[in-house]
Amino acid sequence: MKSLYENVIMAGFGGQGVLFIGRLLAHAAMKEGRNVTWIPSYGPEMRGGTANCTVVISDEVIGSPVIASPHALIVMNNPSLDAFGPRLETGGLLIINSSLVTRETKRNDITVVEAPANKIASEIGSDRAANMVLLGAYIARTKVVTKENILEALKKVLGEKKKQLFEINKTAFEKGIEIGSL
Amino acid sequence: MGEKVLITGNEAIGEAAIRAGCRFFFGYPITPQNKIPEYLSYRLPQVGGCFIQAESEIAAIYMVFGAAGAGARVLTSSSGPGISLKQEGISYISAAELPCVIVNVMRAGPGLGGILPSQSDYFQATKGGGHGDYHLLVLAPSTVQETVNLVMDAFDLADKYRNPVIVLADGYIGQMMEPVEFKGRPPKELSAKDWTVTGAKNRPRNLIKSLYLDPEELEQHNLKLHRKYLEMAKNDVRVETYLTDDAEIIIAAYGTVARIAKTAIKILREKGIKVGMVRPITVFPFPYETFTEISEKVDDILVVEMSLGQMIEDVKLGVCGRANVHFYGRVGGMVPTYDEIVREIEKIKRSQV
Repeated sequence: MKSLYENVIMAGFGGQGVLFIGRLLAHAAMKEGRNVTWIPSYGPEMRGGTANCTVVISDEVIGSPVIASPHALIVMNNPSLDAFGPRLETGGLLIINSSLVTRETKRNDITVVEAPANKIASEIGSDRAANMVLLGAYIARTKVVTKENILEALKKVLGEKKKQLFEINKTAFEKGIEIGSL
Repeated sequence: MGEKVLITGNEAIGEAAIRAGCRFFFGYPITPQNKIPEYLSYRLPQVGGCFIQAESEIAAIYMVFGAAGAGARVLTSSSGPGISLKQEGISYISAAELPCVIVNVMRAGPGLGGILPSQSDYFQATKGGGHGDYHLLVLAPSTVQETVNLVMDAFDLADKYRNPVIVLADGYIGQMMEPVEFKGRPPKELSAKDWTVTGAKNRPRNLIKSLYLDPEELEQHNLKLHRKYLEMAKNDVRVETYLTDDAEIIIAAYGTVARIAKTAIKILREKGIKVGMVRPITVFPFPYETFTEISEKVDDILVVEMSLGQMIEDVKLGVCGRANVHFYGRVGGMVPTYDEIVREIEKIKRSQV
């Protein structure tokens, strides 16, 4: 069996939950016995500014936690597409929040999955679960971790205090899986 | 075997300190290490410890002095500018031969600089930092797991030498999450602390001081400290050599840069260029001998740092003219990428012929 090596950059406005879905992915990868690094942007940003994180998952010891040209990119808004779109490696996977990203990608050497994440999230009851739709699409395409382990991680990260948010996030995630599986 | 937890480097530092028996933290906030005090502010009371956010860094380091003088395991943490403020106290603590652990999650300087990762405090950490002829034992972790292990070791080493130990991390190590295991381990056998100032009832009094007005006495004290540093160099140098056996070019790097270099080495080896790495884990005492040995085997060594060339001076001392020492650095919070390191090595390779 080929040993696993995956990396992804997730980017959006602060508050859209890109760091959160990155953590879910990292937790799930750890559960599956992989090495994983999660590194956030921590510049002088604030709510409404941009935020991003990089997750690297590997069976081998992880060298650089910072990735110049990622295998995959999840973008939740226009500035993120502008900043990271050109860096996606050839043949890479671009997951776009088409509710907010209005720009064209201008690249024909990559796979693009568009998910109207905010629209879907609003329909199921919370605009704030848009991040989970995109994570679902990413997991459906890459299968880097199992759906079950993402949900397990969701339960763990939400904890007792926020457990009422589990169902809506789960539903959003499953909608994303459907889109990614198309 | 403990269970693995996904945790940021900063939180891991806090938890590792508690596992090592540290019950006192004194500090003052500064990015990018605020998660350390935040974590300890609720964790220390849970284990019967004491957390104080001091009125300043200077106050914090003297609280460390006091707790260490009473024999407690004590931690302070900060980043560049805050560590600078603590230097007077660190010099006093070194002079008074008190064990404590200091964490510097390095950010870019000089001055207030920025909050992104850097390795520009290498000179400050390894060459003394404050006034007077003294050294700290300096540990430089490269991953979150290694940070945990080294923070735990730092308390033992501080007690062993009665000397401050500094853990030299950087902003990325602090902010990054990785799965870690807090391994249970037997406590090191250390001699009892019979020098503490805890009330001299029924015993002769102890005195902790750094003032020696008699020059002969101070010279003896300086020499005693110096012997301690020689002991560290003899017994506690730590270094990782990575794929050095068949290497034709060696990278020298520590901390976050070293793990980025490992990715570069993988890419370079796929291209047929045999590159290895020497990664100092203690940067004081520095693994000079490893560099001396390696310089007999290769012609070129590339030092990569998030500074404009600080560790390179120690590398050159070890190499002592036996190999070419090249340099690549990024500063200001910019982090060298593996692509850049690959390019630098290819440049050296082309010039070899």
